[in-house]
Amino acid sequence: MFSLETITNSIQQWLYSTFNPTMALILECAIVMLLVIGLFAVLGLVLVLMERKVAARMQIRLGPNRVGPRGMLQTAADTLKLMMKEGLTPDGADKFLFNLAPFIVMIAAMLIMAPIAFAKGFQIWDINIGVLYVSAVSSVSVIGILMAGWASNNKYSLLGAMRSGAQIVSYELSAGLSIISIVVLAGSLQVSDIIASQQTGWWLFRGHIPALIAFVIFIIAVTAETNRAPFDLAEAESELTAGFHTEYSGMRFALFFLAEYINIFIVCAIGATLFLGGWMPLHIGNWDDFNRIMDYIPSSLWFLGKTFCLIFLIMWFRWTFPRLRVDQLLSLEWKYLLPISMFNLLLITLIAIMGWHF
Amino acid sequence: MYRETQILNSNTIAPTTARDLAMDEAGAGLVINVGPQHPATHGVLHLVITLEGETIKKIEPHLGYIHRSIEKMCESLSYRQFIYVTSRMDYLSAHINNHGCVLCVEKGLQLEIPPRAQVIRVLMDELTRIASHELWWGAMAMDLGAFTPFFYAFRERETINDIMEETCGTRLTMNYMVPGGVMYDIHPNFQRRVKDFIQLFNSKIDEYDDLVTGNIIFQNRTKGIGVLSREDAISFGCTGPVGRASGVACDIRKLYPYEVYDKVNFDEIIETAGDSYARYLVRIKELRQSVRIIEQLIDNIPEGDFQAKTKAVLKLPKGEFYSRVETARGELGVYIVSEGGTTPYRIKFRSPGFSNLSALDHMSRGCKIGDLMAIMGTLDLVIPDIDR
Repeated sequence: MFSLETITNSIQQWLYSTFNPTMALILECAIVMLLVIGLFAVLGLVLVLMERKVAARMQIRLGPNRVGPRGMLQTAADTLKLMMKEGLTPDGADKFLFNLAPFIVMIAAMLIMAPIAFAKGFQIWDINIGVLYVSAVSSVSVIGILMAGWASNNKYSLLGAMRSGAQIVSYELSAGLSIISIVVLAGSLQVSDIIASQQTGWWLFRGHIPALIAFVIFIIAVTAETNRAPFDLAEAESELTAGFHTEYSGMRFALFFLAEYINIFIVCAIGATLFLGGWMPLHIGNWDDFNRIMDYIPSSLWFLGKTFCLIFLIMWFRWTFPRLRVDQLLSLEWKYLLPISMFNLLLITLIAIMGWHF
Repeated sequence: MYRETQILNSNTIAPTTARDLAMDEAGAGLVINVGPQHPATHGVLHLVITLEGETIKKIEPHLGYIHRSIEKMCESLSYRQFIYVTSRMDYLSAHINNHGCVLCVEKGLQLEIPPRAQVIRVLMDELTRIASHELWWGAMAMDLGAFTPFFYAFRERETINDIMEETCGTRLTMNYMVPGGVMYDIHPNFQRRVKDFIQLFNSKIDEYDDLVTGNIIFQNRTKGIGVLSREDAISFGCTGPVGRASGVACDIRKLYPYEVYDKVNFDEIIETAGDSYARYLVRIKELRQSVRIIEQLIDNIPEGDFQAKTKAVLKLPKGEFYSRVETARGELGVYIVSEGGTTPYRIKFRSPGFSNLSALDHMSRGCKIGDLMAIMGTLDLVIPDIDR
């Protein structure tokens, strides 16, 4: 079976046998950095195009179809345009924080990439507290958003940033509780262990109804955490023009824009890892022939397929639902999702202790 | 005074107040300007909103950004010409505006309108009303954050525009009315295409209900928001769907029937809740009533002239004339003072949007900013109508 593990291992062995350990580590870091940045660029291009095409399909339009074959180069052209544009800094803005904010949002998005397993053996950092690390780092981006809203010296931005702060802090709770329920089932915080525990079946199916509830709550919570419609209050177009990034232009705006899409990819990747078995192929009980055929599909395709299904789901939400109001958003979290997910966690713990799962 | 203008003219936080964000120096709360250019105002309406946190304390609409002195312009145009300036008031129901004007001129001239012209006028009115409500439906959903309905609404609206183009030559400001009838006879395809459209449209309204009306988020956003009581609706002079959602029977087509409205069967939609959801329901149900009117008339267009014989130069007798019609937004009143010349001496329009806007402050105090979009969306403001 084709696997990336052999390639990554041989590169590592070659590095360590050719250079001294410090040099090898530095080179390794450099390669990883280049890969992540390259991945960012590709993901940004693909996801923006995907969003526009999905939106067009839902809105009985064609979407971009002029630049390149089937409009594939549209996002590349847009990026080029944004790079050429002047990055304005408004009068009276806190210049240091204003310029820093987009980078913080971007760096936070980059850091969460570390423990994600893209394919079998293709993981940047298999840290033993991987899931905890993800929840911790993902909350850093709210600092960037608050900073952008405050430093812009614009009332719309400020309102957007305040909304975003309240929203992300609240929804992290139920996202965290849903993640913990899978940690309880798998018995480990390490991403590779969680994936390995799903060899015989995905947690979504093995954990009975509580796992399904946890999955639904997870999807709702991460939609809110990434500021996507119907929870896009931080940049509610009809209310706050563009929310926290009203004053941003040029490449700095592009960084916010890119970070939004990268965040969507990341949360969907985490969802796919925890609930849908990451790169693990679909296996059904004793159907040995079926399982063997499934094994022939490369693990990276499994991972990307699952992730993009979830991304499509989140895009589908955006183009269907109206936006919630700010108090409705918070009461949804504190009055409904949080109690449900707490109770759900108890049920899952019971299931895990009694070994009732499949 | 200087301080006040500074607040009004800027959306930025003054450095001195940046430390104390909730309240500014005067203790007046956070003042933000929605408009003159803002995605939610659908035109150049300027709202100065005083906030406390996210709660609205006060709204002050500022008008005048697109004032074109239409009433003054009408005074220098002849009775045949001034009708078409009014297309630029409420451009979404341009045809009905023209209708109000020709009714007033005909009242002055005491003209008999041929039955064929009357039916054609009513058919066009109702098509215009459907087109206008379609645009409102899409734009309101977009204000609430759902983008997709806009495209669905425009798909059907496009068909109406095509029908209009075939008969009138233009798509938005039709200029189809003349004193004494309509400008041309209907296109041979008109009846067939309208019937096709009606058949298609009936199923599409159900689709609209599926997509927006039944949506739980949409209902939560609009129910109980921007409540306007019956008394307030009357004292603010709210008409049209806004008045009827508060329980005021104010449909001019029923109260003061013109043309053939007294000969067709249709219901006046009245809701009593007075909130945004009620206003939404009134308009959606009105779509079905307009379809009903068209269904009754489309096969019964009488034969005959489409225009009465009139003199080349019209002169109204000395006196005052008033007519009213039900536009898609409410009651449009046309008041002409004539000195017996070829142009009006004085002309005044009573536009529905202006009265409806005046209730905005009353309705939205204590609401959140997000609610403002639900309220403005269901008021269905067309700015050139308010600001003539």
